[in-house]
Amino acid sequence: MTTAAFTQARMRALLPAISLFAVLVPILILQPATFSYFGSNLLLNLAVPIVFATLAQLAIITVNDLDLSIGPFVSLVACIGATLLVKQPWLGTLALAGCVLAYAAVGALIELRQIPSIVVTLGLSFVWSGLAIVLLPSPGGTSPEWLGAVMSFQTPWIAAPIIWSVLIAMIGHFLLMRSSAGVRSRAAGGNPRAVRRFGWSLVRNRATLYGVAGLFGVLSGLSLLGLTTSADANLALRYTLLSIAAVILGGGEFIGGRVSVVGAVLGAITLTLAASFLAFLNISSDWQVGMQGAILIVVLSLRVLLQQRNGDKQ
Amino acid sequence: MSRHTPGDASAKDDALPSTSSADSRYSRLKTIQAPWAWSFIGAALVWIATVAIFGFSIAGNVVETALIYGVFMVLVGLGQMLVITSGTGNIDLSVPSTIALAGVIGMHVMNGDDGRIAAGFTAVLGVGVAVGLANYSLIRLLRIPPIIATLSSSFIIQSIAITQGRNLPAPPAALGAFAIGRVLHIPYIALAALVLSLALAVLLHRSVYGRRLSAVGQNTRAAWLAGVNVHRTRCIAYVLSAVIAALTAISLAAVSGGASLDMGVEYMLISIAVVVIGGTLVTGGKATITGVWGASMFLFLMTAILNAVGADAGVRSLVYGALIIAVTAAAGSKALR
Repeated sequence: MTTAAFTQARMRALLPAISLFAVLVPILILQPATFSYFGSNLLLNLAVPIVFATLAQLAIITVNDLDLSIGPFVSLVACIGATLLVKQPWLGTLALAGCVLAYAAVGALIELRQIPSIVVTLGLSFVWSGLAIVLLPSPGGTSPEWLGAVMSFQTPWIAAPIIWSVLIAMIGHFLLMRSSAGVRSRAAGGNPRAVRRFGWSLVRNRATLYGVAGLFGVLSGLSLLGLTTSADANLALRYTLLSIAAVILGGGEFIGGRVSVVGAVLGAITLTLAASFLAFLNISSDWQVGMQGAILIVVLSLRVLLQQRNGDKQ
Repeated sequence: MSRHTPGDASAKDDALPSTSSADSRYSRLKTIQAPWAWSFIGAALVWIATVAIFGFSIAGNVVETALIYGVFMVLVGLGQMLVITSGTGNIDLSVPSTIALAGVIGMHVMNGDDGRIAAGFTAVLGVGVAVGLANYSLIRLLRIPPIIATLSSSFIIQSIAITQGRNLPAPPAALGAFAIGRVLHIPYIALAALVLSLALAVLLHRSVYGRRLSAVGQNTRAAWLAGVNVHRTRCIAYVLSAVIAALTAISLAAVSGGASLDMGVEYMLISIAVVVIGGTLVTGGKATITGVWGASMFLFLMTAILNAVGADAGVRSLVYGALIIAVTAAAGSKALR
């Protein structure tokens, strides 16, 4: 039983990697050219902002919340980057810092008033969208030069998006899984009461994690802007679902502070590839949206199956 | 804290005498004043502001429009209210896609023919029931938070709607006439919504189901121990929400002269906003239908006045969002959850 349970647990841990291969292998068979430096660069071009957005969502899911505002937030950051950051770099930096602080403040508010994160972040998403539209009523703006330079930087041998993703995964893994602050944060998701009795502030903890989410959101928005070179208030709306899906795909649980940074990064890459995969399969664009939902449901079903075979002793 | 506070924390709170008298006076005030009253006060204030700025006749027109377009907010809000009342974390994000699909299916079945209105309504109700059952099956079978389940299903529903959404016939003439018809300045649609609200009020406050729904929302475990079939109760809430969204789709299509795929998009936030602002507990267990009406009128008049003073979509969105956060924060308390 114990060995069986161990294998099941391992299977679950491997699920993100397995799903990545399930998408990657057919793509390589359908389009062998994607394996080249240029091909992988093209295929994974948009992975970096999605990885950042996923880690932002991961920070929120660590404390058993969901962030419905990350998509509009990433769009807002891109809009700030394309307008203020170009014309008045100081004001732009200040605005971005303000956004991160606002995120942290919302985290504190949710803990202080004990209100559901879903409703608050849904409201927040409209605040971000509103600000983005006010800032940039019609698509446009330009990316700051340094940003474009960073994002189009050519790394030797392996395509830049892959290296970026690995680097981000390693840093994130270290911060959340290895550092004491990371362990404390996850503990607050697992057993808030115990954490409070230990004398740690739940408010500070939630504010920190929301702040971290804001920070990753800023990184996501800026890297996206560096790739697209112009912004739009609706640029990244789909990131909300994408980030939640990536965290789940990566083995994150909705409650209990059980998350995996490496899994989430793999999940984000899988979802980036899945879009191209669907395009390679010539699936009608009508079903593109529906397939996203279907993939999410399939992954969740797989997880439930693995959990059930594991017995109800969890 | 009010005695309606759900969760085990409230019992603990009641046992401890409140140390601050100001605090207890505040909570007593909160208990006396009906939570729905705030939204009506808000609506009245916004309307008075409209009168002050634009004069009486324009403000009167605004109210007449509110009774059509604000009623859509009421409708989607009523469905969402049932789902939210069924407990923390329960939320239906598939409202916009249900509206899209039901509108598309309804228009196809009716095919612009007055004789087929009944068939169209049956089909639309079927869509609602199917969507509600599918949503709850996902929640139940995959054991995932409702927000993820309804979000995933909404994408599939949206895709189905897209595949069916081409060459849509216009709504039948009789339906269109009903949509814009009015008696004593009150649109038929508002009357229909009123009837639906009354029916829901009876369901919530006078029927066993309503008691069960509140019980499940306040304390799921206690309700389960008391013999309430939690899953059936919640499932019915999701089905009702989808059915109401489907009916909203038909009225929307009738009023605007045809169904479109994105006619429901804005109702995702609105459905939640009117519930929260109306005073329904976000954590579940306590619903207020009157509040949904008040909040819908408030939000509609607010939008109207923002439009009238020339605020663009961005500012409107900002105001909506800030309002929701403020109201949620004000309604929340340390004792919940």
